[in-house]
Amino acid sequence: MSVDVKKIVLEIIEDVAPDEDLGGLNPAESLRDQLDLDSMDFLDIVMELRKRHKVEVPSEDYPRLATLDSCVEYLSPKFA
Amino acid sequence: MSYDAIIIGAGMSGLAAGIRLAMYGKKVVVLEKHTISGGLNSYYQRRIPSTKEIFQFDVGLHALTNFAKKGEKRKPLTKLLRQLRIGYDELELCEQTFSQIHFKSAKLNFSNDFELLQSEVKSIFPEEFDNFQKLYQYILEFNEVNLNADYLSAKKVLESYIATPLLREMLIAPLLIYGSAWENDMDFSQFVIMFKALYLEGFSRPRGGVRTILSLLENKFKEVGGELRYRSSVESIEYNESGVSGVVLKNGEKLESKKVFSSAGLPETMDMCQKDKRSIIGKLSFTETILVFDKKIKHSENEPTIIFYNDSDQYNYQRAQNFYDASSAVICFPDNYESQNKDGHGVARLTFMAHFDQWNNLEKPDYLTKKNEVLSESKRILKNLNVEQSEIYSDVFTPTTIKRYTNHFDGTVYGSTTKYRDGQTKIDGLYIIGTDQGFLGIVGSMLSGISISNLYGLME
Ligand SMILES: Cc1cc2nc3c(=O)[nH]c(=O)nc-3n(C[C@H](O)[C@H](O)[C@H](O)COP(=O)(O)OP(=O)(O)OC[C@H]3O[C@@H](n4cnc5c(N)ncnc54)[C@H](O)[C@@H]3O)c2cc1C
Repeated sequence: MSVDVKKIVLEIIEDVAPDEDLGGLNPAESLRDQLDLDSMDFLDIVMELRKRHKVEVPSEDYPRLATLDSCVEYLSPKFA
Repeated sequence: MSYDAIIIGAGMSGLAAGIRLAMYGKKVVVLEKHTISGGLNSYYQRRIPSTKEIFQFDVGLHALTNFAKKGEKRKPLTKLLRQLRIGYDELELCEQTFSQIHFKSAKLNFSNDFELLQSEVKSIFPEEFDNFQKLYQYILEFNEVNLNADYLSAKKVLESYIATPLLREMLIAPLLIYGSAWENDMDFSQFVIMFKALYLEGFSRPRGGVRTILSLLENKFKEVGGELRYRSSVESIEYNESGVSGVVLKNGEKLESKKVFSSAGLPETMDMCQKDKRSIIGKLSFTETILVFDKKIKHSENEPTIIFYNDSDQYNYQRAQNFYDASSAVICFPDNYESQNKDGHGVARLTFMAHFDQWNNLEKPDYLTKKNEVLSESKRILKNLNVEQSEIYSDVFTPTTIKRYTNHFDGTVYGSTTKYRDGQTKIDGLYIIGTDQGFLGIVGSMLSGISISNLYGLME
């Protein structure tokens, strides 16, 4: 069964930045431009991926988490 | 015992750092010398002899700077609550009414709405209003968090914008006393941080005072699995060429870790490493007078929350020449936060700049006499401000009290004039958090603990 990576990422963002409205997010657009996320929040997204799903994201790969689409593309193989 | 990280000090920065590390599965212990947490901003209680009531006092906490409304974007307070997974509503913040910079020839009010300060400058210093607006623009565009910026004198920058000395002095005074380890001037980056914290964002206070903040931090730390040990004074930090290996407690117990985050202060931490420290001890310490009145304070005009009082038109921000310097004071009326209880007792708190050595050299009877002098000076100033009420309790604490309870050498409140902005020391694995990393105040020290533990505890 395939994992819904998008849902996983959204769940994490919801916990890391509870005051953000995640409705109407454009998956192709930068998360940073649409939400008030800074580097501390991105660190938390990476830390939560490790804590909850044992998925490692090395720091050189952080840019690949820029949009929801790129998150899915980059993370899916790691969940396979 | 072996840990992923050892944190020295259960003040604001140590607890915040502990939460971040424990939250992501690190085995962390916070070691605190005292029997309760809080450090420079802790609390105590006293029984009032006449009424037998028990009163709860905060050590500091005139004001939580950096006020932000719920959900307000890109604000330090919002960021820090997010990082600690603490809900905004849990702080139960009460906003200030307004505060006042009170000099001999002029008064300026400011509040959590920057427009008030702008309109005050416009009406009191009309010829400077455009200059003030230009300074404000420059501040908005300035990158104050660039850790590699060279020192830039805030007074020089102010001079280049504002011609009237009185306005310059009035603007910088609250920023100095709320956040400068240096005497009489500050780095412009720090000026910008403080300008935003006080004038653009403003003041509030949790309804329950500092205990609210501390119990939120303590509970969160326990919830994420951290270990907090009181009465655990670190005697020395162990290290060799390859870096830190752990700490030894006063009772001889050894704790191992390759990472130690110290909030004890830079000279204090160097002392634990048997390194020289005298040269870098900061000079600024304070006395604090707390007065409890039989009823709420009646103010002749309005009801300011904090008054930055100065009895001349030039502001001296420096170690007092004598025991204390009553020519200026920060005066806080905690009852004048919105939606605080309007019945019952009234409270006023006054801070004077002081001189540690002089207090430290006094014998007990003289010490008590001096404390009484501070008390009468405090009342004299309140009287000048038309606050005259019958008091049911008073207390004064001094630089030696601060030293005794926080272990900061010379009772310094804003730490050393040497700051390790990137948190790194010359010893591998030993990091400085809190005051001597460079972020001051309650909000600043928590952000310091968060950012340094993120950087060296999580991001490897
Ligand atoms: C009177 C007063 C009023 C203030 N008012 C305000 C205010 O209104 N608003 C504001 O924002 N800030 C205020 N401050 C400043 C604020 O309290 C500090 O900036 C902040 O609390 C610093 O936190 P910290 O974690 O850096 O250090 P600290 O609070 O100093 O924490 C260090 C901790 O380490 C412990 N420690 C030291 N040595 C050892 C050792 N060897 N072993 C184990 N533990 C050790 C200490 O006991 C202490 O608990 C005030 C301070 C004072 C004194």
